[in-house]
Amino acid sequence: MYEAPIREPLITGEKDYKQITTDLVRSTEGLPPIKWFIAIGITGLMATFGIVAILTTVFYGIGVWGLNKTVGWAWDITNFVWWIGIGHAGTLISAILLLFRQKFRTGINRAAEAMTIFAVLCAALFPGIHMGRPWMAFYIFPYPNTRGPLWPNFNSPLLWDVFAISTYFIVSLLFWYSGLMPDFATIRDRANSKIRKFIYNALAFGWTGTAKQWQRFESLSLVLAGLATPLVLSVHTIVSFDFATSVIPGWHTTIFPPYFVSGAIFSGFAMVLTLMIITRSVLNIKDYITVGHIESMNKIMLLTGSIVGVAYITELFIAWYSGYLYEQYAFFNRAFGPYWWAYWTMMTCNVITPQLLWFKKIRRSVAITFVLSIVVNIGMWFERFVIIVTSLHRDFLPSSWVYFMPTWVDIGIFIGTIGIFLTLFLLFSRAFPVVAIAEVKHIFSASSEVARKKQLKDMETSDQGSVANPDVSLGLKDKDYKD
Amino acid sequence: MISSNNRYLVGLYDNENTLLKAIKKIREDGVSITDALTPFPVHGIEDALGLEDSSLHKAGFLFGLTGFTLALALMTWINYFNYPINFGGKPFFALPSFIPITFELTVLFASVGMVVTYCFRNGLYPGAIPKIMDKRTTDDHFALVFALEENEEQVNIDHINRLLNQTGAVEVKERVFEEDEEIFE
Repeated sequence: MYEAPIREPLITGEKDYKQITTDLVRSTEGLPPIKWFIAIGITGLMATFGIVAILTTVFYGIGVWGLNKTVGWAWDITNFVWWIGIGHAGTLISAILLLFRQKFRTGINRAAEAMTIFAVLCAALFPGIHMGRPWMAFYIFPYPNTRGPLWPNFNSPLLWDVFAISTYFIVSLLFWYSGLMPDFATIRDRANSKIRKFIYNALAFGWTGTAKQWQRFESLSLVLAGLATPLVLSVHTIVSFDFATSVIPGWHTTIFPPYFVSGAIFSGFAMVLTLMIITRSVLNIKDYITVGHIESMNKIMLLTGSIVGVAYITELFIAWYSGYLYEQYAFFNRAFGPYWWAYWTMMTCNVITPQLLWFKKIRRSVAITFVLSIVVNIGMWFERFVIIVTSLHRDFLPSSWVYFMPTWVDIGIFIGTIGIFLTLFLLFSRAFPVVAIAEVKHIFSASSEVARKKQLKDMETSDQGSVANPDVSLGLKDKDYKD
Repeated sequence: MISSNNRYLVGLYDNENTLLKAIKKIREDGVSITDALTPFPVHGIEDALGLEDSSLHKAGFLFGLTGFTLALALMTWINYFNYPINFGGKPFFALPSFIPITFELTVLFASVGMVVTYCFRNGLYPGAIPKIMDKRTTDDHFALVFALEENEEQVNIDHINRLLNQTGAVEVKERVFEEDEEIFE
């Protein structure tokens, strides 16, 4: 496969196939460093706190949350939508970027997909416990029963959500695992202890890498990508229907589906960046997740962040243009009411600061990207909070107007899900290959620094090349791709 | 395809381009290649080996169609025939609001069905014991595998051996699988 030599390589450093295997399997071998134990200790504590808060909720009921008659939905749905949004980057990277042939996906898809799965798990927790009686959660599925039979309401977006999220979870899991099998086989064949060999062989499903297996593998990846692409877009569309199909001012807008989807991709990429910037430096895989990867992800953040910004302004315009008093008030109240601070945090974090990414220097700065990605994560949490709470807290009867405040249980469950998410990610980073080994090898011959150097050499030895492309060969010389 | 056979000749290459050229040369010579093992998908290997196209996507389409039909049929039956409920005078057969679930189940059935088919056709299941020709084929080597009969004539083996060496194999070896081979040693 030919690639123009001025393209930035996706694998830097002096590598060959053997070196790639060694670099990428290393993180699963040997004992974890002490830092890992400290990190998992902290996240484990957070998760435990969350579990205590969840048990409190289940024991005493939803009354322990800060909810009341006016605000019946607050942190739980905010967190649910936030986590689902974060879960959008993984399948976007593996599916949509595969269809668009964006090779930079190979460095980050594995970890991003893992992140998706963990994020969707955290998200699914919230509607589960918000039911109040989570042991009756199976009532939401249409199964023949002795209550009539009484079926769920197929016209309800809340039920569509059940199907959308469970499908999304299962498809993401299958996509992730089918890509993992060849890499588990690589670990198995390098293993030198019996137990390790046994475990990784079981995980690899007996993969050997015959021509026919790879052919089916590629066919499967392509079709799953084709199926997952509309799926990614549908999941947050359906989540937005939860709000958009109701008649609450501030929620009842047709712009919600695209606005939620771009917001989800925006926050998903922010979370991928936060985690990958830490992972690449801790696991020493900067050659595979390069500054070029970070820049590409920043470009996607800039695009989706700008779409989100346009959506905010469109909403404001339409609220004014509608001439509908309640809609106008809902938006005025968001910006200048008691929750003005949440609104302007959201505006700053999601619309203003991401515009810094127009500058190449900032897109390529690892430190600034890291800070910006956390800012976006915060901003996107506030977006959901603003949409949900500010639309509810002042309803049609001024006598029932309230100011929502979370209790320790609300906060505890949120912190708990962050703990669960990070604990799972830490376990993943030790037991599984964090970068897709086979896929990186697949792009090696065309997109690595080694390949670029060879191209440059070929160009210099043949006069034709260097005459035709003097800029290219000059531009390539002594280029440094490190951060 | 590697099957019940127990004796194989394995030629190892260290580069995918040499491998592709070798496959072409060996097949031109009239020797049939049992299988090729590679650490990553090598493009063009299916054509070189003369493999047929995979029909996995067709299976996926059929699974998807099943999911689509099932979802739509079940919702229609429930809301229209089995237990019609009047929600503010809205129609019992409300096609627009059936579309999200129909779409999700189409995707779900197609994906799950395809992955199951994929595993079944590839002989993949948790704990399957594979025939590992050489451990380096999941790392940095590419192998061509030739199945040998129990009483394969030496002249045939020599012929394949020569072809492998001519086409740039870095190593040629015979791999015999014992009945009770311990793979987790």
